[in-house]
Amino acid sequence: MAAEQTATGYIQHHLQNLAYGKLPAGYTRADGTVLSESTWTVAHSSQEAADMGFWAVHLDTLGWSIGLGMLFCFLFARAAKKATAGVPSGFQSFVELIVDFVDKVVKDTFPHRNSMVAPMALTIFTWVFLMNLMDLVPVDWLPLAFAHGTSAITGADPHHVYFKVVPTTDLNATLGMALAVFALMIFFSVREKGLMGFVKELTLHPFHSGKWYIDIFLIPFNFLLEAVSLIAKPVSLGLRLFGNLYAGEMIFILIAIVFGVGVIGFIGAGLLQMGWAIFHILVITLQAFVFMVLTTVYMAMAHDREEEHAHDQ
Amino acid sequence: MNINLTLIGQSITFLAFVWFCWKFVWPALLGVMQEREQKIATGLQEAERAGKDLELAQRKAAEQLKEAKAQAAEIIDGANKRANQIVDEAKEAARSEGDRLKAAAQAEIEQEVNRAKEQLRSRVATLSVAGAEKILSVNIDAKAHDDMIEKLAAEL
Repeated sequence: MAAEQTATGYIQHHLQNLAYGKLPAGYTRADGTVLSESTWTVAHSSQEAADMGFWAVHLDTLGWSIGLGMLFCFLFARAAKKATAGVPSGFQSFVELIVDFVDKVVKDTFPHRNSMVAPMALTIFTWVFLMNLMDLVPVDWLPLAFAHGTSAITGADPHHVYFKVVPTTDLNATLGMALAVFALMIFFSVREKGLMGFVKELTLHPFHSGKWYIDIFLIPFNFLLEAVSLIAKPVSLGLRLFGNLYAGEMIFILIAIVFGVGVIGFIGAGLLQMGWAIFHILVITLQAFVFMVLTTVYMAMAHDREEEHAHDQ
Repeated sequence: MNINLTLIGQSITFLAFVWFCWKFVWPALLGVMQEREQKIATGLQEAERAGKDLELAQRKAAEQLKEAKAQAAEIIDGANKRANQIVDEAKEAARSEGDRLKAAAQAEIEQEVNRAKEQLRSRVATLSVAGAEKILSVNIDAKAHDDMIEKLAAEL
């Protein structure tokens, strides 16, 4: 934390992603210069990032999530390649422990035949866990290292270099995954029940009389209810993960501010940071698990046939 | 907090990782794990069967040992009996041989006696003739008195 920064500025700096996007011609940049023509560039302020609109990417979010995802793929693929049916070695048994755990959870919640659901659950659990795990790295380490590293190379002002390390504290990342899950839900629904089956599920539930002339009037009402519950699934899925991790990150940032307040503040913040980090180990694992289980449950719902539905009720 | 293209990027990344895991990670790991499960199951089964086999073999060995002991006892018994029999037979043979020898000896003795008697008889005949000659001082025609002498000798 630089001395001239205010606490608000510090927090805002920490909550801003490294955005890369297009700024229009005639735009006044953060340092007062005016762009003569539209430019693709890295945002130097939160305002600039906001003004880039939808067509911008968060380099830090994508970089960390892809990097961690590749780490996961690399480690697990290597373990899979080396795996023997004999006595498993250290890392293989660790990987098998996770795989076995995920497999059990999926078997318990997903009774249908689909070879993709279990690997998806494994990917979600491990990947989300790794992304969440970045939350345990002290909040200033990587951003400061990155800011000073880039300023040393490009000469940019380190205060204008934003860097968020935890991808799951970026709503784009969590909602992005939730949207992919949502797309798979719809895809499997249509594949399992046919387009008409899916439409029927949306329009003839939960109110159903069995007489078509009454059903017709129930359709709009049913559709409203079902559409809301359908859309609520990915939104809640994404927001839950984001909210938990964002809040956790926020508390780490607040604790980091206390470090600057004298000796007592330093010791207190140290203790707080440790306590919160230990508690957070639980949170990040739990959130990864919840995301995995909910995804599996949604997949199971997408595979549930109407008859089974009617049977349940 | 801006919603932007990262959203789509993250979705695509997510699907790509899921696909990778689906194709390259999951089947290999699960296959290996199932294979091991199978191995352990068969291993346990075999161990159980081996235990049973061992027990069976032990029981069989004990049985065979008992049988062998019984057989050995039988054989020894038989041998003892045979030996006794042989001894008895030998005794019997010796006794009969002895009897035979004794009988033969007795027969020879009898023969010898008879022969001696015969000799004695002929000598007696001659002696009595000679005695008679002396008494009569006459030369008796041996031939004429042969019959008489014979009779005399037979009477001895």
